[in-house]
Amino acid sequence: MNMQWLPKHQELSKKINEIKKVQAEQAWDLLSAAAQTDLNFLETIQVDKVLNEKFRGVTPPGISAPPIRLALLSSSTVDQLLPGIRVGGLRRNLWVSTYVTDYGQSLQELMDSSSRLHQFKPTVVLIAFDALSFFGTQPLGLTAESASSKLERALDQVQTLWRLSREKLGVRIIQQTPLPLYHPLMGHNEQRLPDSPYHLLRVFNARLRVLADEQNIDLLDINSWAAKEGLKEWHDPVLWHKAKQEVSPQAGPMYGELVGRILAAQLGRSFKCLVLDLDHTLWGGIIGDDGLEGIKLGQGSGLGESFAAFQRFARDLASRGVILAVCSKNDEKTALEPFEKHPEMVLKKTDIAYFAANWNDKASNLRVIAKQLNIGLDSLVFVDDNPYERNQVRGELPMVAVPELPEDPALYPDCLVSAGYFEAVALTAEDVVRSEQYQKNLERDKTQASFTDISEYLKSLDMELIWGPFDPLSLPRVTQLINKTNQFNLTTRRYSEEETKRFSTDPKAVTLRCRLTDRFGDNGIIGIMIALEQKGGDWVVDTWLMSCRVLGRGVEQAMLDLLVQESEKKGVQRLIGQYFPTAKNGMVKNHYADLGFEPMDSDSADNTRWALKLDSKKKFNYFIKSREGN
Amino acid sequence: MNQSEILERLKKVIVQVLGDDQIALTLTTTAEDVEGWDSFNHINIIVGAEMEFGVKFNAAELEDLKNVGDFVALIEKRLAKKN
Repeated sequence: MNMQWLPKHQELSKKINEIKKVQAEQAWDLLSAAAQTDLNFLETIQVDKVLNEKFRGVTPPGISAPPIRLALLSSSTVDQLLPGIRVGGLRRNLWVSTYVTDYGQSLQELMDSSSRLHQFKPTVVLIAFDALSFFGTQPLGLTAESASSKLERALDQVQTLWRLSREKLGVRIIQQTPLPLYHPLMGHNEQRLPDSPYHLLRVFNARLRVLADEQNIDLLDINSWAAKEGLKEWHDPVLWHKAKQEVSPQAGPMYGELVGRILAAQLGRSFKCLVLDLDHTLWGGIIGDDGLEGIKLGQGSGLGESFAAFQRFARDLASRGVILAVCSKNDEKTALEPFEKHPEMVLKKTDIAYFAANWNDKASNLRVIAKQLNIGLDSLVFVDDNPYERNQVRGELPMVAVPELPEDPALYPDCLVSAGYFEAVALTAEDVVRSEQYQKNLERDKTQASFTDISEYLKSLDMELIWGPFDPLSLPRVTQLINKTNQFNLTTRRYSEEETKRFSTDPKAVTLRCRLTDRFGDNGIIGIMIALEQKGGDWVVDTWLMSCRVLGRGVEQAMLDLLVQESEKKGVQRLIGQYFPTAKNGMVKNHYADLGFEPMDSDSADNTRWALKLDSKKKFNYFIKSREGN
Repeated sequence: MNQSEILERLKKVIVQVLGDDQIALTLTTTAEDVEGWDSFNHINIIVGAEMEFGVKFNAAELEDLKNVGDFVALIEKRLAKKN
C-alpha cells in the first residue's frame, strides 16, 4: 500500500545517517522533510528510530504545535502501528509520544488512577478495539432479540470507554471503527440472518457515527478506508491469528498517516488553501496556445469531463471552507478568459480568493498568495501537473504540500482525497464564509499590520513601478480597470476600449499605466491616469484610479511624480484634480488634499476641484523606483 | 538467487527492523542470539522479508522456523514457487 501522493524518497539511509549527526534543532526539520515521502513499513521504522534517538522524551525545539501524548486503548496488538503514528505526526510537524495499555488491561488502567496510563498523562486517547472484542465468538442466537442485545451491549461497552476516558483522564477521544473481521454467512443479503456478526458490525459502525457526533468523539474510520483500499491491504489473517494484529504492519505507515491527520485537524492544523495551476490541471491543453475553443473542458470528451469533475470537486471543497487560489504561468488576461467566457467552466473567478497568473516562478507566487491571504505557507497545497514546477516548489518551500499528481485528470480528485490534506473534525460557521471573507481581506493590505516600522517594510519590498503610456499590449487591461474600479477611482469615468485607445494617440492627453512589482512578485497593472489639456492651458486629471491592493505603499505619490514629469514635457504649469463622490469612492475624498493640491471649488453634487502648481509641488518620500517599460 | 544472496538481503531487513548494523548473522544464528529480536520484532522481520522478497509465508511455515538457516531456506522455497 503506497502513499502515492507523496514523492519517492531518495537515498533514505544516507539521509538518516546525516540526520544522526546534526543537532536537535536541525534534526526535526530534516526528519520532517524525510517524512514527506512515500515510506514503507521498514523505512518508517528507520525514521522513527532516529526520531526516538534524537528526542528521547524531550520535545524537539522550535515546534509550534503543542506536544501530543497519545494513549492507545486496545484489545489487540497495536505496537506495530506506533512508528507509523509517530512518523504520521512528524509529517504534520506534530511531536507525538505514544503509550499502549497492557494487553487486556484498558479498563483497569482507565479506572486505576495510579496506573501507568494515568502516569503517562495523555492529551488524546485513541480507542482501537477490534470487532471480536465487541461481538465475541459465541454461536449465533439466530433471533432478533439476541441480535439486538448483542448490539446494545457492544454500544454500551464503547460508551463506557468514552465515559471513563472523559471522566478519569479528561482528554479528547478518537474512536477507531473496527475492521470487518467476521465472515458473511449468507452473502449479499446478510441482514436477513438475525445475529449475523458480520451484519451486526456494520450496524454497529453506523450507530457509532451517530453516538460519536452526540458525544463529541472524533472517528478514525479505518473501516471505510480499508473498504476503499481493500481489506487485504489492511488485515492479514495469518498475522491476526499469529500475533492478534487487527491492522497488519504493512498498513502501519498509512494507519499512522490517518491518525496524524486527525490529530492535526483537532489542533486546527490541517491545510487550508488549495492552490491550483491552470493549463493541464483545471482544463486540458494550454489556453495561451489552444485558445478558448481549443482547450478540453466539460462535455464532448472524456478528458474534458474529467477536468470538469475535478473543478466540481474543488468547488465543493471551497463551499465547505477550503480556500481556492490560482498559481499559473500565464498572462493574467489569457488565464482569466476561460473563467469569464468558457461555458463549461465550473469554477468562477469569484471562487478564487487569489489569482496569480504571471511569469514569475511558482514559489514566489505561492509566497505572495500566502501573504495576501494572510495564512502560513504551511497551509498551502499546490496542485500542478508539471513535475518541474512541483520540484521547484518542493525545493524552495518544503512546508508547502505538493502532491504527486497522477497523469490522468480522472484521478486528480482521488489523489487529493487520499492525501487527506483538508481533514476536518468540525464544520464551523467560519468555514462556510471563509472564502468570501478572504476575498474581502484582500482588499486591504494585511501584510502591513505586523510591521512596526512601515518604512522599513516598504524599503524591504524592493518595489518597482514600471510605467508607460497606454499601448496595444496594455489597452485591454487598462480598459478593464477603467470599467471595474470603484473604490480608488477619483472620477469613475468609464471608457470603451476604442475611447481608451483614442486617448493614447491624442497629443493633448497624457496617459499612464503603471505596473508594480515587489519582492513577492508582480502585482500587475495597478494604476491608471489620463490627463487632458483644457482651454486656458491647465491640464485636468480626467481619470485616476488604482487597485486597492497596493494602497499605502507610496504608489499615489510615485504616480503623481510621473504625471508631473510627463506634463512638464508638454509645458504644463498647473494640474487640476477632480473628485466626484459615489457610493463607493469615499476612500479618496481627501486624496488631492493629502497630495498637496489646493482646494478650488465644489458644486451642488459635492464634486470638488483641486489645483497644483507644478513649480510649487512638494517633494515626496517613497520607496519605489520608477522605470519606463511594460 | 543463491543462499548467500538471500542471507545478505535478509540481513538488510533485520538491520532495518532492529536498527543495529553491527549484527553478525550466519545460517545457525537464532533469535535468542540477537539482541532485540523478540516476538514483536520477529513479526516485523517476517513482514519486512515478505516485502523485500515479494513473497507471502503461510502460518505453518512460520511455526517451523528455528534459525536463520530455516528462514533462508523458506525464502528460497517461496521464491522458487513464485517463478
